[in-house]
Amino acid sequence: MSDDLNDLYQEVILEHAKSPRNFKVLPDANRVAHGTNPLCGDNYTVYLVMDGDVVKDASFQGSGCAISKASASLLTSTIKGKTRAEVEALFGKVHDMVTTGHADDAMGKLAAFAGVHKFPARVKCAILSWHAAKAAVAGGGTVSTEGDEPKAG
Amino acid sequence: MPSLLPDWFALRADFPILDQQVHGHPLVYFDNAATSQKPRAVVDALVRYYERDNANVHRGIHELSNRSTNAFEAARERTRKFINARSIEEIIYTRGTTEGINLIANAWGGKFIKAGDVILLTEMEHHSNIVPWQMLAERTGAKLRYIPITGDEGLLDLDKLDSLLTPEVKLFAMVHISNALGTLNPVTDLCARARKLGITTLVDGAQSAGHLPVDVQAIGCDFYAFSGHKICGPTGIGTLYGRKEVLEQTPPWHGGGEMIATVDYFKSTWNTLPHKFEAGTPDISGPIGLHAALDYLDAIGRENIFRHDLELATYAYQRLSELKGVRLFGPKGERGGLVSFLLDDVHAHDVVTIADRYGVALRGGHHCTQPLMKKLGVPSTARASFYFYNTRAEVDRFIEVVREIQKFFGV
Repeated sequence: MSDDLNDLYQEVILEHAKSPRNFKVLPDANRVAHGTNPLCGDNYTVYLVMDGDVVKDASFQGSGCAISKASASLLTSTIKGKTRAEVEALFGKVHDMVTTGHADDAMGKLAAFAGVHKFPARVKCAILSWHAAKAAVAGGGTVSTEGDEPKAG
Repeated sequence: MPSLLPDWFALRADFPILDQQVHGHPLVYFDNAATSQKPRAVVDALVRYYERDNANVHRGIHELSNRSTNAFEAARERTRKFINARSIEEIIYTRGTTEGINLIANAWGGKFIKAGDVILLTEMEHHSNIVPWQMLAERTGAKLRYIPITGDEGLLDLDKLDSLLTPEVKLFAMVHISNALGTLNPVTDLCARARKLGITTLVDGAQSAGHLPVDVQAIGCDFYAFSGHKICGPTGIGTLYGRKEVLEQTPPWHGGGEMIATVDYFKSTWNTLPHKFEAGTPDISGPIGLHAALDYLDAIGRENIFRHDLELATYAYQRLSELKGVRLFGPKGERGGLVSFLLDDVHAHDVVTIADRYGVALRGGHHCTQPLMKKLGVPSTARASFYFYNTRAEVDRFIEVVREIQKFFGV
């Protein structure tokens, strides 16, 4: 297995893909957003319970590849307790990390996704649920990876 | 038709691109259903044209224009012969299969499809043979109807055909070889049954032209569309065959230069076939490259290519079916040269990403057949698609890599 592949499919990613956390519907969610990648069919729904500006609980449902599923799993674990502004700032950091490979120390487990930058075709997979989360904290809706990255396929 | 079997391995030397390392491994190119590689003869034809003969076609008086016009029209005659059309009037250059189908949906469909008419398709069509008809149906009030498939094996459920092929059907458009399943449809029989009812037929030949002998008169279709780039030609050139009697009744699609006979400020008259459908300066190098590609393919023999690709696909299908945790799609018997599959608990994109790092180029996704994927109940599949320059040893390597992927994901 090449080093690049081990960087992409880190232990924590494979583990979260296999046993995703918060993989359920939150019945009392007051914010819901869908994220789709029309090119590959990845499809996730992010559920949030928000109390004012703060994410009290987060979960997700849907299907996709190991990278997108692990990303959604870690996302929903990470953003609990964060404010809307904090989630939006984190979105920016994650976006930078998966496109440049640079992870700052505060990223914690999310740093596992830094290896994605060597696989440009997979950036969308890592960022998909983050787009949905960003839409959810802002009120909900449907987001698509198209328009964010160059089109292909 | 050559009588001796080609030396398949020697042919690889005609494709410099195949001789390279990708991520430190020898390239195994199994994405031929998306686009084929180009032999040196095709690249050379393009270079020769641009270095020696380049000029705009038709109407030119000077020597270079004569040369380019002759080469452009010689390619049309070569294409006619390739699919055994009766006349070059039936050969329209397009950008590819998609444009050919759109031309028919707009020009022919715009005149002949009315509210309440039915357009019959199959459940295994590529988006390019669904969306133009949806757009036409939206404009005209026509309806779409689909012949179902038989589950993962992906054959057309022809028991249903009688109930679907009714007098309201005005057009029956079908794929010859499915790009997502490998299914080889009985287009000759299907066209014959449609013809008895006076239904116009279109065959999507994107995966069949250049992969098996094609004779449009024997198939009996009214339209047959294919792309050059999937059969060793350049991108950007394709061909739409239309039966002359049908094309004559079909109005032009695009207006502009070349497609007219006379132009007045308020009224114009149309050029003869096939120029009526070719507005503007065409892709000139495309047909010239395609000509070289068709010569190359016919020197090998399309019957030989079909048998070679079928053998590889059958071998790959059998090797995959021996592994645990593999779901296979498409027919078990005769098929086009591709295998579509899924590994339990591994998404197709993860399969393709890892295979790529071993030098094996696959495709993963919905293959532009989203409705088919929904019908099969999967988000996507991984696909290995073959052409004549692929080898059994490459299939063995591919299987090794699939095993590695399964191990990686602990399957």
